[in-house]
Amino acid sequence: MSNASEAPTPDDGLKLTDSENTGPVLAADGTPLKRSLGRALRRQKLRALMLIAPLLIFVLLTFIAPIADMLFRSVENQIVSETLPRTVVALDDWDSTTGDLPSEAVYEAAYYDIFIAAERKLHTRLGSRLNYELTGASSLFRKSGRGLDDLGEVYQDQFEDLNEAWEDGETWALLMGSGDWQDKAYAWEKSSGDLAPKLELREGIEELLPKTAAAYSSFANFVRVDDGDNPATEDPWSLVYTAFWQDLTGGANVASYSGPEAELLMEAANAASGFESTTFAEGFADIDKDWASTPIWQTIKTYSPKYTSGYFLNSVDMQKTPDGPELRDANERIYGILFKRTMFMSMVITISCIMLGYPVAWILANLPARTANLLMILVLLPFWTSLLVRTSAWKVMLQQQGVINDVLVWLGLVGDGDRLVMINNQFGTIVAMTHILLPFMILPLYSVMQTIPPSYLRAAKSLGATNWTAFWRVYFPQSVPGIGAGSILVFILSIGYYITPEIVGGTTGTFISNRIAYHISSSLNWGLAAALGTILLAVVMILYWAYDKIVGIDNVKLG
Amino acid sequence: MAALTPISRKPLSFVAPVMAAAGAFFGIFVGTANGSTLLGFLIGGVLLAAIAVVIMKMDLPEKPVRWALIVVFAVLGFFLAGIPSAVLGGLFGWFTGWFAYWLYEGRYRAKIAPYLTPGQVLWHFAFRVICGAIFFFLITPIVVVMPLSFNAESFFTFTPEMLRFDPEGYSLRHYRDFFTSDAWQQALWNSVTIAPMATILSVGFGTLAAIGLSQPHVPFRRAIMAILISPMIVPLIISAAGMYFFYSRIGLQGTYLGVVLAHAALGIPFVIITVTATLVGFDNSLTRAAANMGADPVTTFFRVQMPLILPGVISGGLFAFITSFDEVVVVLFVGSASQKTLPWQMFIGLREQISPTILAVATILVAISICLLTVVELLRRRSERLRGMSPG
Repeated sequence: MSNASEAPTPDDGLKLTDSENTGPVLAADGTPLKRSLGRALRRQKLRALMLIAPLLIFVLLTFIAPIADMLFRSVENQIVSETLPRTVVALDDWDSTTGDLPSEAVYEAAYYDIFIAAERKLHTRLGSRLNYELTGASSLFRKSGRGLDDLGEVYQDQFEDLNEAWEDGETWALLMGSGDWQDKAYAWEKSSGDLAPKLELREGIEELLPKTAAAYSSFANFVRVDDGDNPATEDPWSLVYTAFWQDLTGGANVASYSGPEAELLMEAANAASGFESTTFAEGFADIDKDWASTPIWQTIKTYSPKYTSGYFLNSVDMQKTPDGPELRDANERIYGILFKRTMFMSMVITISCIMLGYPVAWILANLPARTANLLMILVLLPFWTSLLVRTSAWKVMLQQQGVINDVLVWLGLVGDGDRLVMINNQFGTIVAMTHILLPFMILPLYSVMQTIPPSYLRAAKSLGATNWTAFWRVYFPQSVPGIGAGSILVFILSIGYYITPEIVGGTTGTFISNRIAYHISSSLNWGLAAALGTILLAVVMILYWAYDKIVGIDNVKLG
Repeated sequence: MAALTPISRKPLSFVAPVMAAAGAFFGIFVGTANGSTLLGFLIGGVLLAAIAVVIMKMDLPEKPVRWALIVVFAVLGFFLAGIPSAVLGGLFGWFTGWFAYWLYEGRYRAKIAPYLTPGQVLWHFAFRVICGAIFFFLITPIVVVMPLSFNAESFFTFTPEMLRFDPEGYSLRHYRDFFTSDAWQQALWNSVTIAPMATILSVGFGTLAAIGLSQPHVPFRRAIMAILISPMIVPLIISAAGMYFFYSRIGLQGTYLGVVLAHAALGIPFVIITVTATLVGFDNSLTRAAANMGADPVTTFFRVQMPLILPGVISGGLFAFITSFDEVVVVLFVGSASQKTLPWQMFIGLREQISPTILAVATILVAISICLLTVVELLRRRSERLRGMSPG
């Protein structure tokens, strides 16, 4: 509105409406008032959103995304199907409920998968993942990573005994790779910093020796990418020899091959059928007899999908079996106990907070303002004091050589020999957490009680109510919103507490959050930690929703 | 409830039994400490009843009697168990004198409504005693830490020397430890560098968003508010776990930036809550008036709106600061050893090598929180005064 004289005035609209006398009500600039107002409102909304947007994006990125990531991790299970792709497919046809061992095809697939995984050092990771479900899987995989090499070396040795040429990587490159690729590969230098040229298979070799081609490709790719070396000059894995032997004995039409090294190939093809050999199933059984039993295969099959409910079942003390989810044995159930204990202790803490907080809030709300403000400091000081300070204070107080025990001994209430055990158990956790969370109960209670006029109580009494009736029928119902707000707040806070139970809780006073922390930092079972966290989060979210309904998030007050 | 009730002296038949009961109660403890509960119970009861009788029969003047009682009980205590009990004896003497005259003169009724029955009066005081006990429960742990931090020994409890008020029993060695130990100083430095950055981030974003949220028409206000408040509601261990997983995916785990971002996210709800609370009473016609007089939105914000909501912004900032400064769970997971903050160091100290240096640090932190509490309280009052919400 730079030019004041031309700017529309409220009168313009009025004049316009007057002059036409029909149509919608118009705004000052002549547009219909409804549209004009709508536009103003839109602009207002947009401005508000623009102000909120930076923070919203910030919180979404730094906080909501991590939570979402945790939810994702609680069902994520790609590791099995990524590490054992062939095995997973082969196991599809196997019926795990019959008790029969899987077919030779499965063992063959497992041989290729585990061999490649072992070369890439991924088999131990998979082993520890499966170990969460089947004890012993970790060492089984570690052992197999070494053992499978021997399985292939049987063939490697025999081929190399047959003709020394098989020892050289160059022979294989000549046989498997295209001429173009060989030229490029031999021209490549490691010092150039680039990766070696990507393998191009010789035309027709894939049809002739399919397994060998696949195995050699895996090998070439590994050498090229993971090792940064030249596949054309490296000696192949024993896996390639195994595949080669399988192809040759599997009826490869070697005679049709006319490329380089054809004679060598012919020689090998003729000799291969006479090689000493063993089935994959036997080879696996030689490495560890566990491979010749069903549980490990059942576990692999059960956990082969990309997403699993296994972590969640684990966190409610169940396990996946071929017949569906099942409760664990009674002596293996720990999470149910932990969840129940967390709930129970949070409840006890909440109730103690109500018992202790109610009188204090009442007296703060009913004393003269000056005194109340002074006493308020006694509530706010703990609220502002570092959690660690308060926890260490309770450690100091509750220890067997601590202040409370010393005082009790000095007063003669307990003997020096039998000092009370008040720490590293549930009692210690409950006392310390009640103290820590008490301000969160007192503050909402206080703000509700402040709004209850004291004259109501006096009126009730003057109408003949006893002290108790006046309190219970008149005052208490009005303070219930405060109790509700405080209880939910305290319950939400206590259910996820970690530090205090960790320090004063010992073994019997710990919460589910301590278990989550344990799985993240010690046992490294992140999926289970995420599943436990998700369950805890769901409980908290329900309570949060209830809090929002009862109190409203906007009405949270601090200090 | 002003002091409207006329007070009068009470008869011996009331004062003496109450005194006897009090004496018997304290006598139990003294008796148990010296070997015989029953004897203590009896002696205490008889002693205090006798004092009541003497005071009332001889109508002694208040001041000298109370001083005399303090001295007598202090001396008595000294002969029983040395200096510590002399102090307790003195306190007990002060209490006895005050209690005797409080009952005798009928002062206890002065401040309560005249129509209360004796039972109600008893409940009134019993209730106060209960509340006093709860306040005691609230404040004792914090108070106990302070003298213990001056302990000359590496114990977590009062040594006999300390109880004797022997200067030998006290020392500043734990403070010296704190100020000379590299680990603690590094932790302090980390805390001091992380918390302000996190505070600046959360206050900057938070204030803007709070202003946006306080506009009259905000679409999805409830949902946005729920998201912004959630870092306060979601249990810390879950936030920590999620951040640990996610930040290690994107390479922020174990970096200064990662910890600052995490702490900023945790501090945001506090800023939002305090600043929106301040904005509730904000008169929007002020910004319109400023615009009317030709101020552009930025000028309006800095010259009109900001000064008025500044108290809220500062106290929100202090909340965010203390959140980051006290936070341990998230930093434990998101940080690495080079981001070890003060609370983390304390956590290690409490869990592994129990060292009383923690108590010195705790005392320093309590002093800091007292300062912060004072500032927040002053700001709150100023803000209420500015907005005309309270006359004070």
